Amino acid sequence: MNKSIAQLQDELIEVFSFLDDWEDKYSVIIDYGKQLSAFPEEFKRDEFIVKGCQSRVWIVGQKMENGEIHYHADSDAIITKGLVALVLSIFNNQKPSEIIHANLDFFEKIGLGSHLTPTRANGLLEMIKRVKNIAQTFEKS
Amino acid sequence: MEFDVNLIRQQFPILSEATIHGKPLVYFDNAATTQKPQSVIDAISHYYRTENANVHRGVHDLSQRATQNFENTRNELARYLGNIDPKTIIFTKGTTESINLVAHSYPMAFLKPGDSILITEMEHHANIVPWQMACERHGLNLKVLPINEKGEWDLEFLPKLLDENVKFIACSWVSNTLGTINPIQTMIDAARKIGAKILVDGAQAVGHFKVDLKSLDADFFVFSAHKMFGPTGLGFLVGKEELLQQMPPYQTGGEMIQEVTFEKTTFNGLPFKFETGTPAIAEVIAFQKSLQFLNTISLDKAHQHESLLLKRATDGLNEIPEIVFFGTSDQKVSVLSFNLNGVHPFDIGTILDQRGIAIRTGHHCTQPIMQKFKVPGMCRASFSLYNTIEEVDFFIESVRKAAKMLCS
Repeated sequence: MNKSIAQLQDELIEVFSFLDDWEDKYSVIIDYGKQLSAFPEEFKRDEFIVKGCQSRVWIVGQKMENGEIHYHADSDAIITKGLVALVLSIFNNQKPSEIIHANLDFFEKIGLGSHLTPTRANGLLEMIKRVKNIAQTFEKS
Repeated sequence: MEFDVNLIRQQFPILSEATIHGKPLVYFDNAATTQKPQSVIDAISHYYRTENANVHRGVHDLSQRATQNFENTRNELARYLGNIDPKTIIFTKGTTESINLVAHSYPMAFLKPGDSILITEMEHHANIVPWQMACERHGLNLKVLPINEKGEWDLEFLPKLLDENVKFIACSWVSNTLGTINPIQTMIDAARKIGAKILVDGAQAVGHFKVDLKSLDADFFVFSAHKMFGPTGLGFLVGKEELLQQMPPYQTGGEMIQEVTFEKTTFNGLPFKFETGTPAIAEVIAFQKSLQFLNTISLDKAHQHESLLLKRATDGLNEIPEIVFFGTSDQKVSVLSFNLNGVHPFDIGTILDQRGIAIRTGHHCTQPIMQKFKVPGMCRASFSLYNTIEEVDFFIESVRKAAKMLCS
């Protein structure tokens, strides 16, 4: 049984609660990005690019046999890749309905809401929107 | 005139009052906009408290006072630019609007299908797109002078490009992305030789050195107040009177008319023919204080100071193994564009922002330059006269830190 989205968010908040300064936080974000599994080359297409980010971000989702969604993501910016990895660490391998209805507030709670520049923050919102949109497509199918 | 950076800094409240993520602001985004001295900030507030009225309309005393003060700015700017004729200065909302005005009205009066317009590869989008649109509207051709690896005009191509069809040249004096100070007189002379008119985009020049339009003798010169310590929302078009006279209005409405009937409208004279609607009155009036500020300092000494900052930053960053510079001309204003090899500029900007350092990242509205250098974007640190050696040293250390975090 997978952990719920709420549990995963709480765990992430706990990880970050031990990090006081921005440098440690960004180091952890960068590490999350590095641990992201390789993005399938065949999906590196314009239609999978998330608009609204200064760097390029790709997100795709695949529905598994058990009905859960597995996401892949990549970015040409290291910090952006880390941010999208954080998002996926919560949403990966969840049911579409869980993803659609999840209330995502961990960025605020880990003290990154204010640290992110407006363009970046908008990019982040776009990423989350894309993840939810993909879930919606799969719920209907 | 002495140049004391600490005395200058005291005039800019934001430099001591703003905090970024709890840290002092280090403002290195001066090519985007400069900060404003206290006198400019006070003048805006003073205007709204004591003088606010619409200009050029009212018989009442307040309106007349505002009008006089408003027109004083035109007169002072005319003196600042080398005693030019005030009525050849058109107030716009910025450099972009000034270029759009010329790109709209000049071809209508003077160009015919088959004529060519020459721009350069380093232009800001604001000096590319309006000309592309003009070409579409009037059946003109757009020609582009390439730049070399150092980010300078490649003048070898100029004679070949300047055939008898070229009737207009639009080019920047200083590149916003690369910092290059272009040999503008060479281009003006080349235009004269073939009888073409020339527009000079001075947006990035006016904050760094004194401009004498009498000796420059361009047909059109455009720039913005906010890049010379003045308010945003205000720009200028300075044009040759005989050309402005013959050009049709750009936007139409109130103020720019002489007589309106439903059969026909006749237009006001210069400069009002091109200034319809209520202008940015407070900003225009406050801009006098920017000019006064510029008149109290030696821009030559300020330029020396900025060159020192640029050299120190360049030498310091040069010691980072992953550093790549863009724009390496000997003739530069204090603009330093760079990347760390293999790192997206956005990552570098984010790390620097955490330390309170404001730089610009991205394509800087010059996508053709990004294509030329084959990068998605660049980091740009642009220094102004109020920046210090200490800030530059902190910046170097911070880029070093970013390299450590991002390049491992």
